[in-house]
Amino acid sequence: MLGSITRRGLAGLALAAGLAVSAGAADAGPTKVAFVYVGPIGDHGYSYQHHMSAEAVRQAFGDKVEVTEVENVSEGPDAERVITQLAQAGNDIVFTTSFGFMNPTVKAAQRFPNVKFEHATGFKRAPNLGIYNIRFYEGRYVVGLIAGRMTKTNTIGYIASFPIPEVVMGINATYLAAKKVNPDIKFKVIWVNTWFDPGKEADAAKALIDQGCDVVMQHTDSPAPIKVAAERGVWVVGQASDMAHFGPESVLTSIVDDWSPHVVASVKAVMDGTWQAGDVWGGLKDGLVGIPPINLKVPEDIRKMAEQAIEDIKSGKLHPFTGPIRKQDGSDWLAEGQTAPDGDLLGMNFYVEGMEGELPK
Amino acid sequence: MDLVVNILIGIVIAATPLVFAAIGELVVEKAGVLNLGVEGMMIMGAVAGFATRIETGSPWLALVAAMAAGAIMAALFGLLTLTLLSNQVASGLALTLFGLGLAALLGQAYSGMSAPAFPRLSIPGLSTLPVIGPLLFGHDLLVYLSVALVAGVVWFLGRTRAGLILRAVGENHDAAHQLGYPVVLIRYLALMFGGAAAGLGGAYLSLVQSPIWVEKMTAGRGWIALALVVFAAWRPWRALAGAYLFGGITILQLHSQAFGLKIEAQYMNMLPYLATILVLVVISSDRRRLQSNAPASLGKPFYAAS
Repeated sequence: MLGSITRRGLAGLALAAGLAVSAGAADAGPTKVAFVYVGPIGDHGYSYQHHMSAEAVRQAFGDKVEVTEVENVSEGPDAERVITQLAQAGNDIVFTTSFGFMNPTVKAAQRFPNVKFEHATGFKRAPNLGIYNIRFYEGRYVVGLIAGRMTKTNTIGYIASFPIPEVVMGINATYLAAKKVNPDIKFKVIWVNTWFDPGKEADAAKALIDQGCDVVMQHTDSPAPIKVAAERGVWVVGQASDMAHFGPESVLTSIVDDWSPHVVASVKAVMDGTWQAGDVWGGLKDGLVGIPPINLKVPEDIRKMAEQAIEDIKSGKLHPFTGPIRKQDGSDWLAEGQTAPDGDLLGMNFYVEGMEGELPK
Repeated sequence: MDLVVNILIGIVIAATPLVFAAIGELVVEKAGVLNLGVEGMMIMGAVAGFATRIETGSPWLALVAAMAAGAIMAALFGLLTLTLLSNQVASGLALTLFGLGLAALLGQAYSGMSAPAFPRLSIPGLSTLPVIGPLLFGHDLLVYLSVALVAGVVWFLGRTRAGLILRAVGENHDAAHQLGYPVVLIRYLALMFGGAAAGLGGAYLSLVQSPIWVEKMTAGRGWIALALVVFAAWRPWRALAGAYLFGGITILQLHSQAFGLKIEAQYMNMLPYLATILVLVVISSDRRRLQSNAPASLGKPFYAAS
């Protein structure tokens, strides 16, 4: 642990001081790999999981790689500066790991055609810029099934960050699953307009519980809502990493992002000289989404149902978005038996039929 | 009814860290020092309080540690600006950045841990009353401390000789100096009080509100506290009211979203800040009143030689 802290600290320091490391040293020495995170590694959520993928690279390749990590990079001019510096510092591949890093990454990819970039959760590509993402919605569908069965008040609370397709897709998938097993289900969504503000996330969780939600889930990055739910004795779902230890009695399960399989494969491809800008969108089947063991307090038949759903999604038998599904305004989206094309999902800007409340624009 | 009570309790919880940080900064500014490092002192209080709670198990030692951490940060700011006469604005900004980084470093070992619940007031017969019980007699003890602290500051600034001297130092440090008052010492003490209060505010976040330790968890509350001091025109009770107003709007907008009110979430999230700006504009429009309240020596460097 200490070793990695120091490395990270030094890397950050070097960047902050703007020390230019000579470029082009890549061929001889180790392969240089860089990661940019939006939050602190210590968030125990989203950025932490990306950090784990960097750790996996270290584990897999040892001293054949040199890994730099920069955390706490805000989405804006700061991101552009950091990404540019990493490219200048002679990194062979740079992983930029937040949606908001998309445009800075595209710009950097144009300026540094010899550096390879991989951007997580975005949609813009270039010859030297690949994208990778996780089908989080598959995990959300599974927890939706569990939540729909576990709620006594038929009301599920959802703490959402920003109304981007990623988040909207998650809400819809959860709702469809919960609705399937519990036709009386209602969703209450609070948009907190931040990825990370533990105090506000905690306040939002309290508001949802006060208004009768007995299952709370989140699409924000801190474990604060878990603590609140545990204290108030309602069910909660962990986000991004396995958060069971924050509330062993209350966490149903977590939706774990595991970026490592893809990141390690990409770095391997760079070393072998076979890297190509790809478009990876993996889910349960690819090991990119993980559902840790479901809380044993959940009745066995519900656990069985969830595990079956995981198997069915893996085998392709079940697609969370399978028609007939209408949009919230009543217009048709998917016909009977039709599954959602990826393009529809990646641009999703509507609630499905039955959801209450208006989706912020 | 339960919902209303819960909403009101939520407001108190959201407001309390701001009350601590704002009342501390108010005293500091009354002494003529502008410390923009509130955020840095809060986060240090948050990590110190959390770590002490985990290590010793004592909530009281945790509070002492949080106050000490904030006060040490403030003393560092004093060393820079009062003794070494560096620029207060730049030093304050640096203090915030330094605090955020140092707290992240010190907190590495504690992230992902959980602190036990903080003790609540429990008066037999009173705390169990419906409605009034949870609202007046059922909060965690820090809530009462925050209100008592505001009352104490009102009394200190308005009714004591020491408070008068502190205000004199903030109004005209040269005159105070010539009268023989130790300007620098008084400002150090005011700064350390402000740091201790900010530390408590941070500890409230990590021990009561969230209650976890994660980096950057103050998420801008130090800046809100700074705005509240101006918002309150340097009057303690108004700072308290401002904090509750801010907390109130924050919580109400969350609830109105959960109720499904058809107002765009972005506007709702803007509201607390919008309200702060609006009041600032209204207050600032009456220039004379603002000036009569603002400490005249605020932010000015003091050279003891003159």
